[in-house]
Amino acid sequence: MAIAVRNLTKLYGSEKAVNDISFDVKTGEILGFLGPNGAGKTTTMKIITCYMPPTSGKVEVEGLDISEHSFEVRKKIGYLPEMNPLYLDMNVVEYLDYSARLHGLNNALLRSRLKEMIDVCGIADVRHKDIGELSKGFRQRVGLAQAMIHDPEVLILDEPTSGLDPNQIVEIRNLIRQLGRAKTVVLSTHILSEVQATCDRVIIINEGSIVADGTLEQLQQDFRGSEKISLEIKASTANAMTAMVPKFKEMAHVDSVEYGGQDGDLHKFSILTEKGFDIREEIFRRAVSEGWVLIEMSRKATSLEEVFRKLTTADAMNGKE
Amino acid sequence: MKFDIKELPNVFGKLSNIGTIFKKEIRSYFNSAVAYVVMVVFLAIVGWMYTSSMFLINVASLRMMFELIPLVFLFLVPAITMRLLAEEKKAGTIELLATKPLHDWEIVTGKFLAAWALIGIALLPTLVYYITVAFLGEIDNGPVIGGYLGLMLMAGVFVAIGLLASSVTENQIVAFIVGLLLMFVFYMLDKVLIFVPDFMTSVVEYLGIDFHFSNIARGVIDSRDIIYFVSLLGFTLYCSVVSLERRKW
Repeated sequence: MAIAVRNLTKLYGSEKAVNDISFDVKTGEILGFLGPNGAGKTTTMKIITCYMPPTSGKVEVEGLDISEHSFEVRKKIGYLPEMNPLYLDMNVVEYLDYSARLHGLNNALLRSRLKEMIDVCGIADVRHKDIGELSKGFRQRVGLAQAMIHDPEVLILDEPTSGLDPNQIVEIRNLIRQLGRAKTVVLSTHILSEVQATCDRVIIINEGSIVADGTLEQLQQDFRGSEKISLEIKASTANAMTAMVPKFKEMAHVDSVEYGGQDGDLHKFSILTEKGFDIREEIFRRAVSEGWVLIEMSRKATSLEEVFRKLTTADAMNGKE
Repeated sequence: MKFDIKELPNVFGKLSNIGTIFKKEIRSYFNSAVAYVVMVVFLAIVGWMYTSSMFLINVASLRMMFELIPLVFLFLVPAITMRLLAEEKKAGTIELLATKPLHDWEIVTGKFLAAWALIGIALLPTLVYYITVAFLGEIDNGPVIGGYLGLMLMAGVFVAIGLLASSVTENQIVAFIVGLLLMFVFYMLDKVLIFVPDFMTSVVEYLGIDFHFSNIARGVIDSRDIIYFVSLLGFTLYCSVVSLERRKW
């Protein structure tokens, strides 16, 4: 286990930023930490990286407790803080050299690591420029290079793609995936597609608590709510509301039926089904037996976005009540 | 105006964290205009005010200069120290530093030494006045050595105070003003003794930084004065470390 978090709680004054969360990150895994702004992602990361201690709870990194073995833990972690702070008046090589020295790399190792990082992160062309002159994409690359200069086992990246343009986002994601092959990576984001594009596993956190933990497929499975089936049926019925709607309603696993109006002989319906049931086949059979012509049928599967919205907004409301 | 790191003597050893931070800060002073502005302003003020009266007094002594420099320090030192920690906090780079395997006191010490060294470098050219005066007349070397020692000790305490001011805020202007104010208070303590009740005068006088400086600048190096400077310096640096650790509260 690369990271083990147990009953972690952090209070700012009386406000609970992180409320009794526990999770594990396996070695070699890329974990996405997903949640709305202010959910406690950054706080959790700051605790894991030993920037500040938790109010209560335990965190182990590579089997070492963060409060007892703070220095060893910090040596094993590469950290890219939120907003990617950098010394704008230093040039790229100076800055990486500075970071490496603070990690205690000796001269020979330092030179080879520096060269490797410049190659891997694609910053060879800008290595003698001041960081203040670089574009955001390059700054992010420098931030990543800095986080990995000492070849850490664990990478903690706090919103590594925020503020980048779409091309840069793709570049940085590819870089993270490429680097993530050999390392344990925890990255936070509030962008869903990011998790889909880079992560093996996702933890959704809201108001300081974990509301979901699993692979993307698992989450989509678990939190698939009532599915929506859209229908377009051709039938010569004068009053679809009384003639057709009850026929759908009597079917098994149907929650509700909504009549969407008619256009000549075409009638539109949207049917909400119970969680986890696919009744498209039954609808087809029913249409055949009633002599309706099924023009169109589509099912809208729950996207991760909906899962996320459901988890973070419903819980937010519950919390306030 | 680039400053090459290789030109710096590697005083602190290659692996030392304090040395790494020291070098980074010194380089940052010389890469930006700060170091040059500080040296030019310092030399211009001291040079003009000192030499304009030197021939009128007609005594081969640097006493006038040693009385003048602390006043210049009052404005110059906070200008040098204000960004040291405030900037790191504002930019968020303190988070990078604090998650590296190094102690907070190493950060504070490295930054303190860099700013102190810059003052030392700025003082070096004033040796020209010493050489000039020594050339023109018989000069007593005791007060000169004491004067420079006193200035460096005073600069050390001022830099530590400035660093503390910089550690309590992320606004550099606030850091400058707080630093200036604290330094001014310590500087003025032994000059306001007539307003102080009799039984407290000796305590207030002992706390005043200029009182100890003038003792040393006279060429009398007393352990009491050294203890004053060293303990005040240590205490202030300790406060900076504590202030930096506030994030953990």
